[in-house]
Parts: sequence; structure tokens; C-alpha cells
Amino acid sequence: MPMTITEKILAAHAGRDSVRPGQTVWCDVDVLMTHDVCGPGSIGVFREQFGADARVWDPTCVVIVPDHYIFTAEPRAHRNVEILRDFVREQGIEHYYDPDFITAGCEGIPPAYEDPAATSYRGVCHVALPQNGHTRPGELLLGTDSHTCTHGAFGAFATGIGNTEAGFVLGAGKLWLRVPPSMRFTFNGAMPDYLMAKDLILHVIGEIGVDGATYAAMEFDGEAIRSLDMDERCTICNMAIEAGGKNGIIAADETTLAYVRDRAADDAPEPVVYESDADAEYAATYTLDAGALAPTVARPHSPGNRATAGELSDVRIDRAYIGSCTGGKTADFAAAARVLAGREVAVETFIVPATTEVDADLDRVQVDGQSLRAIFAAAGCTIGPASCAACLGGPADTFGRANEPLTVVSTTNRNFPGRMGHKEAQIYLASPLTAAASAVAGRITDPRDSLTR
Amino acid sequence: MDATIRGQAFVVGDNVDTDQIIPAEYLSYNPAVPDERAMFGRYAMSGVPASESGLPDGNVPFADDAGGFALIVAGRNFGCGSSREHAPLALAVAGCRAVVAESYARIFYRNSINGGYVLPLETPARLVEAVRTGDEVELDAAACRLVNHTTGEAYELTPPGDAAEIIASGGIFAYARERGLLEPKT
Repeated sequence: MPMTITEKILAAHAGRDSVRPGQTVWCDVDVLMTHDVCGPGSIGVFREQFGADARVWDPTCVVIVPDHYIFTAEPRAHRNVEILRDFVREQGIEHYYDPDFITAGCEGIPPAYEDPAATSYRGVCHVALPQNGHTRPGELLLGTDSHTCTHGAFGAFATGIGNTEAGFVLGAGKLWLRVPPSMRFTFNGAMPDYLMAKDLILHVIGEIGVDGATYAAMEFDGEAIRSLDMDERCTICNMAIEAGGKNGIIAADETTLAYVRDRAADDAPEPVVYESDADAEYAATYTLDAGALAPTVARPHSPGNRATAGELSDVRIDRAYIGSCTGGKTADFAAAARVLAGREVAVETFIVPATTEVDADLDRVQVDGQSLRAIFAAAGCTIGPASCAACLGGPADTFGRANEPLTVVSTTNRNFPGRMGHKEAQIYLASPLTAAASAVAGRITDPRDSLTR
Repeated sequence: MDATIRGQAFVVGDNVDTDQIIPAEYLSYNPAVPDERAMFGRYAMSGVPASESGLPDGNVPFADDAGGFALIVAGRNFGCGSSREHAPLALAVAGCRAVVAESYARIFYRNSINGGYVLPLETPARLVEAVRTGDEVELDAAACRLVNHTTGEAYELTPPGDAAEIIASGGIFAYARERGLLEPKT
């Protein structure tokens, strides 16, 4: 029976030859990821249901990544990290990335790591997992975070789950899933240098709406997608959830395999590459020409509230924010630096690398012969330590949080009311190129003007 | 799940996301600690913009000391956004036992039934304008029927399909144990 990639992965993990959309199947889980916000609750469910002496189904398959509330004085946030540490010790969890600068009895905001290459801490889970070899083609990866759909960029089935489901998986290693119908989005043509993956996915969400893919698999392909590096492919799949998607997915290719082999552990299984059959059935197909799109922005207060950057040139901004699993990867900062090199920002601009590896890349990666960090410093940006930071608001002392009703252009994923802090803050979602160009102009700006000088 | 749920309705519009249901600043509370779990009830729906909180008039707090609202009536895509299970949990702790919406975001829907927090039912007709916050409503869960005692109107809701068995069990753990998929709880 012809199947899509998503159906093939679910069938393989359900021990079946084939599955159909709408069918409910129990699937074996390859990787379960959790973090400091949902980990303590998931651990609580696991202990309550399986007993105080229970063991996780496989301590090599659980990845725990504290990333949300790290640089805050909030004592419960520090306590939650301690809960993760205790669980990791008790269960012998193999993959844990400890914020080693949060010491026992820590008071106030913890001091940031001094050297991003010399800490066990990593930062944002969805960027840390692939960087550390935990995201592999053909696997089934669940995480207690809605942006777990990011990992579909590697040709894996990946989706977000709740605490109760994570508690279940911790003990049982499996979970029921309903096979989603697949929707296909093909981007033909070359990718123009003024567009980024963020523009493509904001365009799609504007097209189909924030519930346009509810419980569907969003499969992306076409020449423009194939030309993207893994950071950019992650941006596309990351925002599948903003259209209600169950998962986003891009078939693994040489770009994927080169990245994965570079990061894989020595004993990692050989990646399994699935491709959709030519006659597989799709609930909907969309064919788009990448070259026909303009830099795209989502206006307050919905990721589906689409406009072009050019249409919003009269919107003055108070702040620019470049960070998160969506827009805080090395490729995102390299793009922002193309605009910011030799320029100064007109509004306060926050730079938050997603992970410590991205933070180190700010020194390693150069644009016009200068490091990204030097370019951002000269432009007048403020650089913070790796974490989820203000993407989801968080405690009031969170770096970059909108504590006033500010107008912000942001490379993050959501602009719901109150998402970045203040309920009346106006958040415009954009690509790093658009965010950087807007930071320089002090108003929302099409980056094409900044790139042709 | 209760067979019959009767009480006051709280009405909201479309795309009420989980940041509105429970704002992120409260997520450092650990739902596994009883005293902290109670805090989610206090802040349930506190992120909904005031003008949208309790339609049609707005400015109605969801969580108050009067015992709260038994049922939420919502439009499309209720519970979109974050996977935080704190969202259906917060509604349940605040005394809410069911949601009747035109559609749900999938993770919220799964969390609601797998954790057994609130009964999420879909309505084929839009009820956001037909029910007013404070109306006395009664939900017959088995019959999938909602009666608005304030107006005398009755509405047929969509049966939950495959999920009905997990709902009947009260959550994923009970469901799995009843079918021998997990060892009995010790």
C-alpha cells in the first residue's frame, strides 16, 4: 500500500506493514525528551502511577534538557532543576545536560556559564537534541513541548505530548497515536537570498490558518526546501504546530545524513531513510514558488495574521528580539549579521543564542571578516546567555521579557496575547533578516533594501 | 467522567491558546506538589484578554471564590499553542469539568482525556453567540447533549469516536490497565 513518510514511520513503530490515516495505533518510542517546565510534573505522574521504586523503560532513550527557566531568581525554577538532577541520578539517565552554574541553595539569578564550550549545559532542547546526536532519521521522538515537531526536519516522526503521556512513556516506552492525514507543501524554484525558512512557514500558516493543519502531518519538499541547511529546515518544521499540525516532516537527504553522521554517537544505529511513495495519498497539496514570496510577517496576536514586511513599513518598533528554537540558531544569527554588519540598531535589540554551541558559534562564524559577536556588539545589540528566555515570557526577571506594552519584532514562534510577557505587548513575528533590518530602521522593514548596498 | 455536568457556563471566542489558559509565568509551580497544584486553579484563564473573558460582555474573572464555572463554551481551535498539560489541569482545579468547543488543538485534546481532567466535546454548531456567560447549562455526556436552562435551547454535540473508551476509563493509565497493556497499579 502506498504511504507517506509519516505513515511509514508510524507503521514501522507499531509493528505493522501499513497504517492508514485515522487509525489508532500503539507505537514504540525511540527518544523521549523533557525539560525543566514539564519534567517535574511528568516525573510525578511516573512515580504516582508506576510506584516509588519504578524504573524508566530505557535510561538510554530519555533525554533531559533544562532550558526554559534558567536565568531567573525564581526559587521554584532552581528547585525544578534539582528534581531533574535527582531523577537523573536515581534512574541512571544517560543523556542529561545540566546547568552546572545553578548551585545547591542558589539565590538570585544564577551566573551564566563563562565558557560555552566548558559547561554541561546546552540550552534550548530543540536545537540541543540534533546538535548532540539525539535526532535521527526514521525514528519516533516524543517531547513534552509543542515545538518537538522541529525534529521532523531530520525525517523523523516527532510531536509534542503532555505530562501524563510522558509519565506513561517513561514507564511503558510506548504511546497510542492516531495516524494523521498528510498535507504536502512543495516549494519550487531557488530560494532568494532575502528570504528565509521563516518567511516560507509564515506564508503557509497565513494561507491555511492557525487550525488549517489540525492533527495533520505537514510534509515539506521541493527545490527550495532541498537547498536549505538543517537549521533552516528546523525552522519550517518547528512552526508546523502553529498551524495545528501533528508533526512537520522533511525527507532525509544527503544534507541530513551529513549532519547526523557528524553528530552521531559511535554506537548509534544506522539512520533509516523513508520517502513518501509517489502514489501516496495526501489530504491536500500546495505548490508554491519560493521566488514569488516576499519577506513575511505575522502581526499581533496570531501566527496566522499574515502581512508582507513591506506592507508594515509604518509600524514603529520599541524592541527587536532574535532568539529561540525558531530563530536563535547559528544560521539565524549569520543572516542577522549580514544586515547588521557595519550598521547600528535604532532600538534595543536582544540576541539570545538557542544553545551554548550557537553561543560559541558567535565567535567562530564570520561575516565580512568579523565574528558575529563583534558585529552584534558594534551594532549595539545586547547578547544574553543561551536559553528559551523571553520567547514564552516566563518569570518577570527573564532576559528580554516584554514587561511593558512594547511593540516588538521577534524571530520567535508565537505572538499570542501575553506570550512574551505583557498582555498588551504587540509582537510581530519575522525572519532574522527582517528583524535585523527593522532593528536598524526602528520600524518594520523589508530586508531587501538592507542587502543591496 | 461525570455522566451529567450542571452549572454556569463561561464563554470565550476562537483560538484561546494555552498561554491564555495558564500564563507561562506560573509554570514553575509543580503540579505533582498538592499545594502548588492548587495555584493553577487560581490562575486558570487569567491570560485571556479582559474584553474576551466571559462573552458577550467580557471582564468576567474565570476563577473566583464563588465556586467557578462548570463548563466552558468556546469557538474554534481551543487550547492551541503549548503542550503544557497545566492548561486542562488548571481548568479542572478551578472547578471546570467540561469544554464544548467547535474544535480543539490536538495536544490540548489529548491532554484533557489522557489525564482525565476535563471532558472536551465538539459542537457542530457555533454556540459562542448562543450561550452567555453565567447561563445555567447541563451536559449529558453519554447522550452528547447540551441544554441551556436559561434559554431553554438544546444542542446535539459530536460523539467523541475512538477517544470515547479512554474517556470512559477516566484516562490513559486506567484505559491501559483495563486492557492488560500495563501491570495493575501496586
